[in-house]
Amino acid sequence: MSIYSSFKQKDDIERLTCLISSEAKKTINIMEICGGHTHSIMKYGLNTLLKDKINFLHGPGCPVCVMPVKRIDTAIEIASLPDVILAAYGDMMRVPGTHSSLIKERAKGRDIRMIYSPLDIIKIAADKSNKDKKIVFFAIGFETTTPMTAALLEEVIAKKIGNIFFYINHVLVPPPINAILDSNDNLIDGFICPGHVSVITGSGIYEDIPLKYKKAAVIAGFEPYDILSGTLLIVRQVEGNAPKVEIAYKRAVKETGNKKAQDLVNKYFEVRGEFEWRGFGNIPKSGLKLKDEFKVFDAEYVFADKLGESAYDAKENAACKCGEILKGRLKPDDCPLFDGVCTPENPIGACMVSFEGACAAYYKYRNF
Amino acid sequence: MNSKKLNNDEDEKILLSHGGGGKETSQLINNILFKELYGAGLYKGNAKNQIKLLEDATILNSPQKIAFTTDSFTVSPIFFKGGDIGKLSVAGTVNDLSVMGAKPLFLSLGLIIEEGFLTGDLKKIINSAAQEAKKSGARIVTGDTKVVPRGKADGIFINTSGIGEVLYGNISVYNIADGDVIIVSGDIGDHGSAIMSQRDGIDMDVETESDCASLWDMIDAVLKRGVAVSAIRDATRGGLAAVLNEWAATAGVSIYIEEDKIPVRDSVKGFCELLGFEPYQLACEGTAVFAVKQEHAKKALDILKSHPLGKNAGAIGIVGGNGKDNNQLKGKVILRGIYGINKLLDYPSGELLPRIC
Repeated sequence: MSIYSSFKQKDDIERLTCLISSEAKKTINIMEICGGHTHSIMKYGLNTLLKDKINFLHGPGCPVCVMPVKRIDTAIEIASLPDVILAAYGDMMRVPGTHSSLIKERAKGRDIRMIYSPLDIIKIAADKSNKDKKIVFFAIGFETTTPMTAALLEEVIAKKIGNIFFYINHVLVPPPINAILDSNDNLIDGFICPGHVSVITGSGIYEDIPLKYKKAAVIAGFEPYDILSGTLLIVRQVEGNAPKVEIAYKRAVKETGNKKAQDLVNKYFEVRGEFEWRGFGNIPKSGLKLKDEFKVFDAEYVFADKLGESAYDAKENAACKCGEILKGRLKPDDCPLFDGVCTPENPIGACMVSFEGACAAYYKYRNF
Repeated sequence: MNSKKLNNDEDEKILLSHGGGGKETSQLINNILFKELYGAGLYKGNAKNQIKLLEDATILNSPQKIAFTTDSFTVSPIFFKGGDIGKLSVAGTVNDLSVMGAKPLFLSLGLIIEEGFLTGDLKKIINSAAQEAKKSGARIVTGDTKVVPRGKADGIFINTSGIGEVLYGNISVYNIADGDVIIVSGDIGDHGSAIMSQRDGIDMDVETESDCASLWDMIDAVLKRGVAVSAIRDATRGGLAAVLNEWAATAGVSIYIEEDKIPVRDSVKGFCELLGFEPYQLACEGTAVFAVKQEHAKKALDILKSHPLGKNAGAIGIVGGNGKDNNQLKGKVILRGIYGINKLLDYPSGELLPRIC
C-alpha cells in the first residue's frame, strides 16, 4: 500500500465512523481550526458521513481569510509606492480590499509578484534590473509559515541585501480560540487542533482549552483517517468528561515541537499588542511583528510616512458573513451571498477566495 | 554574424533577420526546418504524395469528407518531462482530428520565435514535431516562420492546423444518451502535473512524465472494430472535469462518475494534495475520454487495454446513473467519492492558484 492511500482506506473509515456514531451519545460540536482540515472534511464528505452525531464548525485557521480588509488595503498602498515590487503568496492575489485587489492592481501595472516560497524573493532581489527597487514581502500565515519568513530575514541579513522589506501579518492560533471560548454563547465541545502548526509549536499552546475552558483538544493530521481518529478521541473526552490535549498525529507532531524553528522565530519576532482579525476585531497579543532591532526591515516602519491613507475608509461588504463563519456561528451556506453573488470566480469575501477558506470548500464540494 | 553557421552551432541564436524573408530566412528554412522534416522522411512516399516545397500554398488531393482544426501552443516550459512544444503541437492537432473519427493527413506548422532563441533548441523542437507526425502518418505540408523582437514572445509559440479524412462519421457529443458508459484511456493529470511541477517557483521533482502522445492509432483500433461510440474527446485544458461538464451540458444529460475508478497515479495525487489541485482539473495530452454504448463497453475496454497507450484504461462512470437520474441534475456531473458521498464535479475555474500552507 502506498503512503498516499494508507490513510484513506475505506475499511478504516467505516470502522472509525461506526465507533464515533456508537460512542457519541448526543450530537457533539467540533470546531476544526485549520482550513486544511475544513477542506479535507468537505472533500471526503466526512461531515455527511457523521451528520447524525458530529456537527463540524469551521474555525479561524485560514490565514488569508482572517486578514482584515485594512491590511489588504495597506498592501495595495505599498504596491502603489514608486519603485516597489510587492511579493505575495498566490492566495492573497484575489482577496478583495475596500476598492481593489492585488490582482486588479497588477493588471493596472503595479509590480506585484506571486511567490511560492519566501526564498523566491532572494531571486527577485538578485535580478540586476531590480537593484534600485524596494522588494516588499507581504508575509502572512500562522506559526507554520512564520519560520520561513524568519529564514528569509536571516538570509537577507547574512547576504547584506539592502532592498528587501517585510510587511508582517503573521498571526497566532491560540488567541482567536480563546476569543471564541470567552463568548458565552459558543456551542463548541472540542477542537481539532491544526497539524502543521503543531509540528512547529508542539502541543503546549493548546493547554488553555482543557484547563481553562474544559473543552476537548486533539491535534490531528489532514488525511481522512487522521481527522476521524482525532474526532473519536474528542468524542471519548467529551463523553468521559475528561478534557485534555491529545496528539492523534504522532507521526509528525512532538509535544515539544520543532525547537530550531521556534528559536528562529523568537530571534526576529515579538508579539504585537493587538492585531485586527476579520470578524473578530482587535485581539490582544494575537499577531507578531519584527523586533525593534530589525525595524529597518519592517515595511510598516520604513514606509510609515507614506502609508495610512487606506486606514480611514476600509470596509467590508456588509452582507458578507465571513466574520460570523470564521467564529463558527454560521456555516457558509447560511450566508445569503453564497453560491449566488459570491462564487470563486467572483468572490465577495476572503473565505471564498482562498483554497483553505470554508466557503470555497463548501462551494467546491457541494453535496448531491 | 555569419548565418551559414546556422547548421552547425547549437548555441547560435535566432536573429530578427531570420524572419525577414531574405537570405537568412531561406537558410533557416533549408538548414533547420526542411532538414529536420526531410530527415525524418516526412516527404518520402509515392508520387501522388510528393509535394512541391517553397510555393505560396501546397496543392493537395483531399478526400470527400474532411475534418479541419487548428490549435496554438504556448506551453511553458518549452521542454518538459515526456515531450516538448514540437511534439505537443503535432499530437494536439492530430488528437483533435482523431477524436472526430478523422484520420490525420496534413498539418501546417506556424512558428513565432523570439529573437535570441537557440537554433539548437529549434532543431530539437522541429525534429520532435516531425517524429510525432510520423506516428499517425500525418504530413507537415505547409508552414510559416516569424521572428519577433526579444520580449515580444516567450521563446517560441507554435500554431498547427490539421486536415483529416473522416473515416468514421457520426461521432458527436449530441449522441451521448443515458446508459452510455464513460471510459478514460489512461491515467489522468500527467501532463498538467509534469508541466506545473517544472514551472518557475514550484520546481518540484515529480516523477510523472507528460502523457503527450498521438492517439490516432488507439482510437482507430477501437473504431475499426465497430464499437458503438457516441463521442470521444481528448481531455486537454480543464482536464476530465471540463470534458464531462461540456458533455453533460451540451447533451442535456447527467453524468455519474465513481472517484475510485478514475485511474490516477499516486505521484499525481500527491502533487495535487500538496498544491491544492484535483487530478480531474489537470490537463492530459495523451488521454481520451469515450462515451460508449453500454453493450459495447467491455469490448471497447478490451481493445483499449491491449493498446500500448490504453493499458490503464478504465470505465469510470455512466450517463444518467442507471436510472437514478432526476431532471434537476441534467447538465451536471456528479462525483461519487471514495466513501460513497456524492459531490458536484464542477468546471475548473480561475487561475489554478496554489495554497500556501
